[in-house]
Amino acid sequence: MSSSPKWIRALLGLGLSSALLAAQAQTKGLEISGLGRTATPKEIAAWDIDVRPDFKGLPKGAGSVAKGQEVWEGKCAHCHGIFGESGEVFSPLVGGTTPEDIKTGRVARLNDASFPGRTTLMKVPTVSTLWDYINRAMPWTQPKSLSTEEVYAVTAFLLNLGGIVPDEFVLTDGNMPEVQARMPNRNGMSLDHHLWPGRQLTSGKAADTSNKACMKDCPVETRVASDLPEHARNAHGNLAEQNRAVGSQHGADTSKPAGAAPAAAAPAAPTRAAGSGKPAAPMALLNKNSCTACHGMDSKLVGPSFKDIAKKYQEKADAVSYLTGKILRGGSGVWGAIPMPAQTLSEADAGVLAEWLKQGAPRP
Amino acid sequence: MNSDSKPAGRLLKAPENFLDPSGVRQVFAEAKAGRRSFIRNAFAAASGAVAAPMAWAQANPLAGAGDGDPNILQLPEHSKGLGQPVATDGYGRPSKYEANVQRRQSPGLTQTTQASVSFAPLQSLFGIVTPSGLHFERHHQGWWDVDPSKHRLMVNESEPGLLKRPMVFTMDELMRLPCVSRFHFIECGANTGMEWGNVAVPTVQYSHGMLSCSEFTGVPLRIVLDLAGVDYKRARFVLAEGADGSSMTRTIPMEMVENGEVLLAYGQNGEMLRPENGYPLRLVVPGVQGVSWVKYLRRIEVGDKPYGAKDEAVHYIDLMPGGLHRQYTSIQECKSVITTPSGGQVLLDKGFYNISGLAWSGRGKVRRVDVSVDGGRNWRQARLEGSVMSKCLTRFNIDWVWDGRPTLVQSRATDESGYVQPSYGQLRTVRGTRSIYHNHAIQTWLVQENGEVKNVQLS
Repeated sequence: MSSSPKWIRALLGLGLSSALLAAQAQTKGLEISGLGRTATPKEIAAWDIDVRPDFKGLPKGAGSVAKGQEVWEGKCAHCHGIFGESGEVFSPLVGGTTPEDIKTGRVARLNDASFPGRTTLMKVPTVSTLWDYINRAMPWTQPKSLSTEEVYAVTAFLLNLGGIVPDEFVLTDGNMPEVQARMPNRNGMSLDHHLWPGRQLTSGKAADTSNKACMKDCPVETRVASDLPEHARNAHGNLAEQNRAVGSQHGADTSKPAGAAPAAAAPAAPTRAAGSGKPAAPMALLNKNSCTACHGMDSKLVGPSFKDIAKKYQEKADAVSYLTGKILRGGSGVWGAIPMPAQTLSEADAGVLAEWLKQGAPRP
Repeated sequence: MNSDSKPAGRLLKAPENFLDPSGVRQVFAEAKAGRRSFIRNAFAAASGAVAAPMAWAQANPLAGAGDGDPNILQLPEHSKGLGQPVATDGYGRPSKYEANVQRRQSPGLTQTTQASVSFAPLQSLFGIVTPSGLHFERHHQGWWDVDPSKHRLMVNESEPGLLKRPMVFTMDELMRLPCVSRFHFIECGANTGMEWGNVAVPTVQYSHGMLSCSEFTGVPLRIVLDLAGVDYKRARFVLAEGADGSSMTRTIPMEMVENGEVLLAYGQNGEMLRPENGYPLRLVVPGVQGVSWVKYLRRIEVGDKPYGAKDEAVHYIDLMPGGLHRQYTSIQECKSVITTPSGGQVLLDKGFYNISGLAWSGRGKVRRVDVSVDGGRNWRQARLEGSVMSKCLTRFNIDWVWDGRPTLVQSRATDESGYVQPSYGQLRTVRGTRSIYHNHAIQTWLVQENGEVKNVQLS
């Protein structure tokens, strides 16, 4: 090594002492080599999918509103609603913007505290954000499965639902800057704050508040302005079961009215005996196929609960084959307007689930 | 036993072990009827500790005229038999009596369980470390248990010239690099977000439980960027991207990377990260909201502009009065909360208690915490426990004697920058009530006459 003369001098006592050299090595660190390798162009192409607000990273391509509607109804509407308006699963995507907002770039309804909720189009300032997120994360249960054309098309359809682009529009990498100039909330963002941990980007110089650590006879707010209404007392479950059974404070028994005599603190309920450790086949299939994204065990989510399905078909003679078909091919209209898309699991697996439903959808 | 020699601050067994259920009911019923002192005196007489200071007399009474506590007089099984062998469970678990201490979802907050949150049970935790199995969870598209032998970290650039070479690392390689171990808190930007307008949840688990603290072990990101030859003059932003379905992205300022704070972490509390927390690799961005601590981290891109990701342009933007949204709000400002006594708990009787809570700041160390038991008129300085660390939870404690009257308890933290945690009134004056994110106002708990603690807001 080229540094060996130094080391030799040190050893001979002609230069730095070896102790000092060692200390330097300690603080400076040794050279790191041989760890990590150069990424190949194909690897980078496979993973580098981000698209910035200046459209850096946007692949060339195009997609029409019409094509977008097709994709939407097949892959998106069951969570987001036919018009992107549904708030049943996620916050609504579309609604709350006006032609005037498109002119001003500010969504007026953001000033209306009585307007329920805030849709994505009311908030998002940048069309790149929509493209990037649909491309990387949608559909929810099969992210990164859309083609580039489909991503352009779905983005175009979403913008069309918001009245930002016309029905016959074809969104392309070329016209995206023009669309950006029509985003309803494009002027609705502020960087005037003190909450960014870097020196660039934001302009705020001071914190929003400057409380004083007053210690004695301080000004106070004396009125209890808000507390939980009595009817919400048990809304988060029995709080007695959410606190340790011993200690300086115990949990309030919220299954009873406030002020009721508390139950004696029994010894803490021992943990439920662990199961066999191996999930029953139907449970594993439910998880593997993301069924639980839309169906709850006991309560309605996007679709009906497994218990409700089981109840509905328990008397049906051909329930197993009927439900197997429904799982495989999807359907709509039985439980509401939101369609269930066709599922990609094997017929045998669908049959296992149908059989489990027929048996009343028992927990393992 | 001589009550005079009892050290202050010691917590004592509650009386219910000595009373049958009807007896307990009677005590509370009588207390409610204003006869608490009568009952207390009765207990005091029975235990022979007359006129003892504070809660000592009634906290461990001997009921009736028996010879003593059956838990003492009749030796239990565990004193008379053979216990269980070593390694009964290769990975030990909490006592079966701790089953109530669980992370939980807030009912109705989300419609799905994969794009959801579970809250850490702050009301049951001691010290500053969150047991890894109780760490709060926030997933956008469900969690995975990723095979570490197949996990890769890529480092690349937004345009040519920002680094000398794009690189790929295996976990084996990352774990050979120089590492550090540091304690830091992680708090979701939406923690306490349900409380902006009014009280919405009953307990500290739901009001503040998107907060956890761990010792993280990992490689400073700076070391890896140096290996890739990053041009720090031009590359002023970093994009972090996850490998899961949502492939979460967030923009990080290069300043934080340059000062060595940002870590590529694989260790958490002495073991590997838990799958729910990003196993095998997550970003640690001290003092910054949890959404930036990208889990299942697969890629770091250096760039010259911020990225406007979904969680920087649709969510994690703070709605201000006037209708503007603040973008790229990241720092978690100085905040504190009392964890015992806290909402949904019941004080078993009047007398001595230890008020305990947590304080933290995304701008450095907590300098002091003050506690008020009169709704903010007067404050006393609490004790800060252990060594106070930067951008880390700090445990505080202070003595308190409850006189049985309705009491408003509050904590107020000050950090090393001199910033003092604001009241709701002060915060709402600037940020309104629709921000969702970055609510760090002073929390008030009301201890009611019946001992039950309520979440309240004052005005």
